[in-house]
Amino acid sequence: MTGPGLIALAAHWRRNPLQLFTLVAGLALATALWSGVQAVNMEARASYDAAAATVGEGRFDQLLPRVGDTIAQTQFIALRRAGWQVGPVLEGRIATAGGSLRIVGLDPLTSPGGMGPANRDGAVDLTRMLTDPPLFANAEVARRLEGLGGMTVVVTPDVAANTAITDIGHAQRLLDRPGAISRLIVARDQPLGRPPLEQIAPDLVVQPAQAGGDIGRLTDSFHLNLTAFGLLSFAVGIFIVHGAIGLAFEQRRGMVRTLRALGMPLRRLMALMMAELTVLAFVAGGIGMVLGYAIAGLLLPDVAATLEGLYGADIANTLRLRPEWWVSGMAIAFLGTALAAGGSLARISAMPLLETARAGSMVRGRRTRLALAGAAGLAVAGAGAAVWGQGMIMGFAVLACLLLGAALLLPPALETMLRAFQRRASGAKWQWFWADTRLQLPGLSLALMALLLAMAANVGVSTMVSSFRATFTAFLDQRLAAELYVTADTPSQAAALQAFVAPRAREVLPLLSVPRRMAGNEAELHGIRVGPTYRENWRFLAGDSALWDRVADGTAVIVNEQLARRAGLWLGDPLAVAPGLSLPIAGIFGDYGNPVGQAIVSDALFADLFPDRRATRFGLRTDDPDALRRDLTEVFGLDAGRIVDQAAIKSFSLGVFERTFTVTAALNVLTLAVAGFAILMSLLTLSAMRVPQLAPAWALGLTRRELGRLEVIRAMVLAAFTAAAALPLGLALAWMLLAVVNVAAFGWRLPMFLFPADYARLGLLTVLAALLAALWPAVRLARTPPEALLRVFAHER
Amino acid sequence: MLLQVTGLSKSHAGAAGPVAVLRAVDLAMEAGETVALTGESGSGKSTLLHLIGGLDVPDAGRILLDGQDIGAMDDAGRAALRRGTVGVVFQQFNLIPSLRVAANLEFQARLAGRLDPAQLDGLIDALGLRAHLHKYPEQLSGGQQQRVAIARTLAARPRLVLADEPTGNLDEATAANVLEALLTLVAQTGAGLMMVTHSSALAAHMGRRLHLRAGCLT
Repeated sequence: MTGPGLIALAAHWRRNPLQLFTLVAGLALATALWSGVQAVNMEARASYDAAAATVGEGRFDQLLPRVGDTIAQTQFIALRRAGWQVGPVLEGRIATAGGSLRIVGLDPLTSPGGMGPANRDGAVDLTRMLTDPPLFANAEVARRLEGLGGMTVVVTPDVAANTAITDIGHAQRLLDRPGAISRLIVARDQPLGRPPLEQIAPDLVVQPAQAGGDIGRLTDSFHLNLTAFGLLSFAVGIFIVHGAIGLAFEQRRGMVRTLRALGMPLRRLMALMMAELTVLAFVAGGIGMVLGYAIAGLLLPDVAATLEGLYGADIANTLRLRPEWWVSGMAIAFLGTALAAGGSLARISAMPLLETARAGSMVRGRRTRLALAGAAGLAVAGAGAAVWGQGMIMGFAVLACLLLGAALLLPPALETMLRAFQRRASGAKWQWFWADTRLQLPGLSLALMALLLAMAANVGVSTMVSSFRATFTAFLDQRLAAELYVTADTPSQAAALQAFVAPRAREVLPLLSVPRRMAGNEAELHGIRVGPTYRENWRFLAGDSALWDRVADGTAVIVNEQLARRAGLWLGDPLAVAPGLSLPIAGIFGDYGNPVGQAIVSDALFADLFPDRRATRFGLRTDDPDALRRDLTEVFGLDAGRIVDQAAIKSFSLGVFERTFTVTAALNVLTLAVAGFAILMSLLTLSAMRVPQLAPAWALGLTRRELGRLEVIRAMVLAAFTAAAALPLGLALAWMLLAVVNVAAFGWRLPMFLFPADYARLGLLTVLAALLAALWPAVRLARTPPEALLRVFAHER
Repeated sequence: MLLQVTGLSKSHAGAAGPVAVLRAVDLAMEAGETVALTGESGSGKSTLLHLIGGLDVPDAGRILLDGQDIGAMDDAGRAALRRGTVGVVFQQFNLIPSLRVAANLEFQARLAGRLDPAQLDGLIDALGLRAHLHKYPEQLSGGQQQRVAIARTLAARPRLVLADEPTGNLDEATAANVLEALLTLVAQTGAGLMMVTHSSALAAHMGRRLHLRAGCLT
């Protein structure tokens, strides 16, 4: 019994290869986009884990300097002598052909067990480590290091991406920082009775494990954003699968009844259909995984650049095939199939053996009621999420409800609109056209829903990106007011440079900063020289009129939006900028694209707090930047990299910005392409069933060519209606992204701008895409031979 | 006794409450007997056929087919009955559109697990289907499709053939040919035949005629 049943089910696909292709391609695309994003996320997370495992980030308590960023070697020695089990770490970056590389220097004798490759498995000769220390790095970094020459590199696959580990002495030589230590790692087991830290090294503070630098936590929001986009693409793909499965099952209802009438038990039939879908899910899932791997390979370099730019995270540039990725990808393929087929299977199982014909209008009425009820349910769920939810999860929950609810409302809205057009139509041809379009709506509605989602996502995300770009460009104009930015090699050169430029520049703006923990957050404290440049150029999200005077006096501090939001601070709240010194917040400034919290005080106060910090970077205001650059190069021998003009920094910053959104743009285009594919497949599938509907119109006098032309117009009209509906939905999506999701993800809020020309272009493209998608089926219909049309009437007899 | 129906009643849901379609119908049929079931539209002919074929369940009454009580069967039991004991020939042919004629012909016999290639060969020749084996149902005329449906049913060697207006969609000449083939082949297999028809002329070819009026046998 199983054999004949399987033969009958399989025969359907053999006779309808386009339907099979649509189903497999839809599921493969959905799986590909989802698993591609997941592969990128997993690779990034693996890189964070490797970083944590390699250099102990977040796993051990650490000792950090209260002031500055360097610990003296004498303090390390004093602590060791006092019994403290601490290991020194020096971190810095060197330039290689493939970009900058993090060098981590460890002491193999004192580093806590499990940290670094040198003492993890004992495979490395300790004597060699001390006398001729190699660099440990993964294969990709090793290749880059070999390009520098003169280094011994041991390839160790699980060293963090973009990182090389070596003995601390070797690192000090490589980084040209003799005797420097960045931090001390505190081993978990410490001897009893050791003297307190304050007594041995009062200049150091303990940073507890997991308190800072947990890059995985910082980047969670970014990955959640990517996941949400992957999910949206997946949903669009599932619409296609749902459409294909729904149509296939609809067409097989007669066969199912026949099989049952011939004695096939319903339970066996359902089991066979589930087995059939499982096989299809397996095949499509496998294809999707391969495509997903390719997509991930294309996206990963941009994601790595984004994460480095936004969070300073080092991500491996090569993908690895992880078992959990395969499992999750195949699971999503099966889940997608179950979601897409669940309703159809349920309807088949509940279908009576002797089905009484129900009027199409009754079925349509029931579908409309269900869609309206579903949309109402999602509206309630969305409102609930908005009221009781929090942060980014709430944002995405509301977005999901909004998008799905709007998708459900689309077919009833289109039906209402088409009915109105039908009522107003003059002439029999156009009345037939609108009525016939209404007849096509159920078959096209899933594809149109997919198009609505893809277009709304496109409008929403492009509005967000363009708003971001407009804000960011204006922000750069404010923040990069100085014509030249100069970096001295040493503090003494910096002093000489300052004296040299003082009479030649309108204003000299020293740039001072030190990493600090403020209001419970890792942040940076900056010192600036308050003058006309800052007073005239900086714009504040909130602040009082005298804020620059108060900052210049050393009686107030200004903070960026990130720090204010993370710490829950606002104007007037005190902020502890140094031990024993709290200053009220006088202003909050937008700091777009920066993940780090910042507080700014005057350079004079900064010098009091951090006397060993001297500015080596300066912004210079001048009317003749070229002449000043020439002078600086001649007098101080500064190379091109040490003198950067404003335009170069702006173009670099905008370049980083554009790259940050390359991933989003790529996913956006892919999603839209999937929706276009859905339209094409739906039109092709419907065209095969159109002959009986078009034959009467042909018999009454419409030519085949005219019928073909009306088919194209129909597709364009439906796409235009859908595009019009997608615009307000997309703008709502943009508002949610800017006002809720971005604030939760990045800590700043952007103003929203509208870009009507972009929306008009997108709308035109959509209508054009619908025209192209409809062209082939329309040509096929226009070429339908008269005998095929006549056969319709022959069958009716 | 091949078939014994006692006190069979069935109602369908209507706008103003249940509508009785069959009212306490009693009938009996011997093996090899041919019975015509006639009556006006809506008199309950098809419903009676569906109940005997295990396609539907009665509200009341009892159907004993080849000694088996259909009323006591669950869905799987009725499916087994349709596979092995009865064969239904529908007015709309109900062939599987995605299978070629050859596969359609074998289908029910395969389901019943009693495919006999020699017997099927004989049916193919007897019904003149040899030239159409590689075609799909949509490529056949109505008469050809009905002949395929008859061959498919008989290939499974049922004890009772139920034919629901098997010639209703055919012209007069084709209908006569199909009926003749059906009667001949049923006689050869020794099965009983109950046929629903509107046509008195076709009913005259059957051994016995039962007439249904408003759900009652007259």
